[in-house]
Amino acid sequence: MKLIFEKSVKGRRAVRFPRPAGGEKLINAKLLRARPAELPELPESEVVRHFTNLSRMNFSVDTNFYPLGSCTMKHNPKACELAAALPGFAHIHPLWPQLRHGGLLTQGALRLLYETERLLSEITGMAEFTLQPLAGAHGELTGSMLIAAYHRDRGNKKTRIIIPDSAHGTNPASAALAGFSVVTIPSNRRGTVDPGELRKAVNDQTAGMMLTNPNTLGLFEPDVREIAAIIHSVDGLMYYDGANFNAVIGRCKPAEMGFDICHLNLHKTFSTPHGGGGPGAGPVGVVEKLRQYLPISRVVKNRDGMFSLDYDYPKSIGYVAPFYGNFGVLVRAYAYCLMLGREGLRAASNHAVLNANYVLAKLRDCFPPDYDGPCLHECVLSARRFAENGIRALDIAKGLIDLGIHPPTVYFPLIVPEAMMIEPTETETRETLDEFIAAMRALAETARKKPAELKTAPGNAPIGRLDEVAAARNMDLVFQG
Amino acid sequence: MTYHAGSPDDDRAMLAELKLKSFDGLFAGIPSGLQTDNFNLSPGLPEMEMTRRLASLAGMNSTHLVNFCGGGFYDHFIPAAVDALAGRAEFYTAYTPYQPEVSQGTLQAIYEYQTCMTRLTEMEVSNASLYDGGTALFEAIMMAFRITRRRRVLIDGGVNPIYRAMLKCYSANLDFEFIETPARGGRADRPAIKKLLTAETAALILQNPNFFGGLDDYSDLIAEAHAAGALGIVSVYPVALGIIKTPGAMGADIVTGEAQCLGLPLSFGGPYLGFMTTLKKHVHKMPGRLVGAARDAQGRRGFALTLQAREQHIRREKATSNICSNEALCALRALIYLTLLGKGGLAELAESCAANAAYAWQKLTAIPGVKPAFDRHYFFNEFTLSLPGNAADAVSALIDRGFAAGFPLARYYPDMENELLMAFTEKRTKEEIDTFAAALEAAL
Repeated sequence: MKLIFEKSVKGRRAVRFPRPAGGEKLINAKLLRARPAELPELPESEVVRHFTNLSRMNFSVDTNFYPLGSCTMKHNPKACELAAALPGFAHIHPLWPQLRHGGLLTQGALRLLYETERLLSEITGMAEFTLQPLAGAHGELTGSMLIAAYHRDRGNKKTRIIIPDSAHGTNPASAALAGFSVVTIPSNRRGTVDPGELRKAVNDQTAGMMLTNPNTLGLFEPDVREIAAIIHSVDGLMYYDGANFNAVIGRCKPAEMGFDICHLNLHKTFSTPHGGGGPGAGPVGVVEKLRQYLPISRVVKNRDGMFSLDYDYPKSIGYVAPFYGNFGVLVRAYAYCLMLGREGLRAASNHAVLNANYVLAKLRDCFPPDYDGPCLHECVLSARRFAENGIRALDIAKGLIDLGIHPPTVYFPLIVPEAMMIEPTETETRETLDEFIAAMRALAETARKKPAELKTAPGNAPIGRLDEVAAARNMDLVFQG
Repeated sequence: MTYHAGSPDDDRAMLAELKLKSFDGLFAGIPSGLQTDNFNLSPGLPEMEMTRRLASLAGMNSTHLVNFCGGGFYDHFIPAAVDALAGRAEFYTAYTPYQPEVSQGTLQAIYEYQTCMTRLTEMEVSNASLYDGGTALFEAIMMAFRITRRRRVLIDGGVNPIYRAMLKCYSANLDFEFIETPARGGRADRPAIKKLLTAETAALILQNPNFFGGLDDYSDLIAEAHAAGALGIVSVYPVALGIIKTPGAMGADIVTGEAQCLGLPLSFGGPYLGFMTTLKKHVHKMPGRLVGAARDAQGRRGFALTLQAREQHIRREKATSNICSNEALCALRALIYLTLLGKGGLAELAESCAANAAYAWQKLTAIPGVKPAFDRHYFFNEFTLSLPGNAADAVSALIDRGFAAGFPLARYYPDMENELLMAFTEKRTKEEIDTFAAALEAAL
């Protein structure tokens, strides 16, 4: 499809502005730009058509089954969207509560923040939450900074964070950004953390450990309490990566598993559409002893029932975000929790896990997993057995596209060769799962009998497989026309 | 209420396939001691009741105020087509475009966004977005460290204090030195900066317009930074670039900023949109996602994520940053907004903001006792006034008259008790400014 710049015609325009109040221009000519920015020039009709047609070149949850593992691509209630768009939320300036008596202008928003913190605390067992982190990885960074602040305050000299080899790449990257070096420990044959290996890795320099539970294989870490005890024995802190919390919400609490810090991906578990890669929100909860290090500002409830901002926490790590987090995402999470409530949240996990196990049971003979046993909300299958026919996980993925299904996550986790990580989520019907299972079985058949056919897939997408190696070599990141 | 898709019959049948009697059997892998019933939440509400409750909370916020509050976050008009198009489910409910064949919509939009941002800033490459203006600035500093292998940063006191507070938080655990040079008379302190630029300096950080609203041309300072082997990083307000000299024209190496003003609602602090543009030679050191054009076997043009070897899912702890989810939907909004305005519209918008501010300046500085806070001060849409008394008192009094009068600077600059920062967008009318002037005069 043509680029918006290629459709531009000089002098066309969609939006015009009212005449301004009419002041005398006060800007020195030397401070002005030499020529206007070459933005596209189109009427509104053409802009609307361009972006509508672009959107039709996407797979999305609203149009396709999207079992992308570890991303929790579930349907999110449309009512949450309306809530976030209410003018009383969408059009309030974040500096208002910082004016004297300004909190009075935003009582509804402050109360929503306060209650969201309480809800997340109850759900995770943590003492208190900060809603500031702007994404899951930003939550990991915030958590890593909290670990650093804790040790600095106690005079501990600790430099290392332990992370299993199955972890998301953001974990080590976040720990490094907080100044830690990363110690990677291998998973055992069951795909989980081996307390013996962990003991070998732990020493006085261990600041903490980052762990996803259930882990990226969709397996619950059965020894999590023992793991926490090992880390705690050297005054280390346990960090819970909430990427997979959708599996256990209402059934387990990270605090009760022995974690000291946890983040939740509100855009995964708590209903915000992923928007092509964001925005998300990654609030972070902590146990009592870490409360004092949380970012400022914090929303407090006063004796008179009014809400205000409090900055008076001398040991706080400071500001990780400009204001109170991705507020629009927080509104959706709050609305979601109110609608589902205790039973609804638990039922969501139940069905997420049921659907994943159903898919696993129906596909394990075709794409045998590396690790045995049931899974939680996602399963990791392997396409390794088709290697002799020259077929890789990527080919199966591209074959699914022709069948109208978004491929699972491929080549992650890194510890499974030819991994295909499938997360069906709780909002898919049995019929959809059956269609997916049939599609995967058909692709296995093709991989066995006519592998060459799969190599050219997809055939009905707007574009074929792209030469990404050539693209990286001859970088074209900006239209030069 | 529940949102899962299964029926009771499905549940029974599927559990039977797994040879299980109840859901509990699915969780047998979780030690029973870790399973909890201690989950004290209210029962769920029907959609209608939730909506009513949220509407009531939203109604407790003041939306009637005439807003002159800026500080880096502005109340601009958003054309209806932005919501209509960015709200398209195919954009809205997709994920990061890992499979380019079925993500061309998102990928082409990001490529177009990258192109728009480079044209706006007059730089060579742009990434696909970052969280916000403050985290973008932090990422720019980290990038400067990678490029220069130096560990000292100079930052002008006119850079948004919110961002400077964030940078302090981020730098607490990293081995780098952070030197702030206080602004003088509302402007960058040139002699102080020049003296501090040394062979250890990785980057000089400036903002235009600065937090006080002041416009500047930093070409000389950036040239000095280059002479010392340091980079020039400039944080900008993209709407201003409709008419204001670009950071590219000033010789900047990295440009960052907050693009909330490009079609995103204020939304009480987020989601916002951080952006970053730079020079081609630095692209491998740049954080975040990048989309590039590519060809398929038939020679058709398509788009894909590129240079991923810099990223956390491959380089892990050695990655250029930990960013995974970014603000793709916000970047899409910015692209649609810029496209709707177009070349002429963005310039007209910027002129309109500047003209409203200029009018307000004449009107407000004519009030007895109200003075410009700084001597030599060119501004775009925001300026600082000195009131005859405490600015926070005046703001409180004016709230009762329906105005969010601005931001009292004492919150961040304790010796500026009488100073008030005021912003004007194209949304403010002559009538609003006139009534405000009268109200301010009455309140003083």
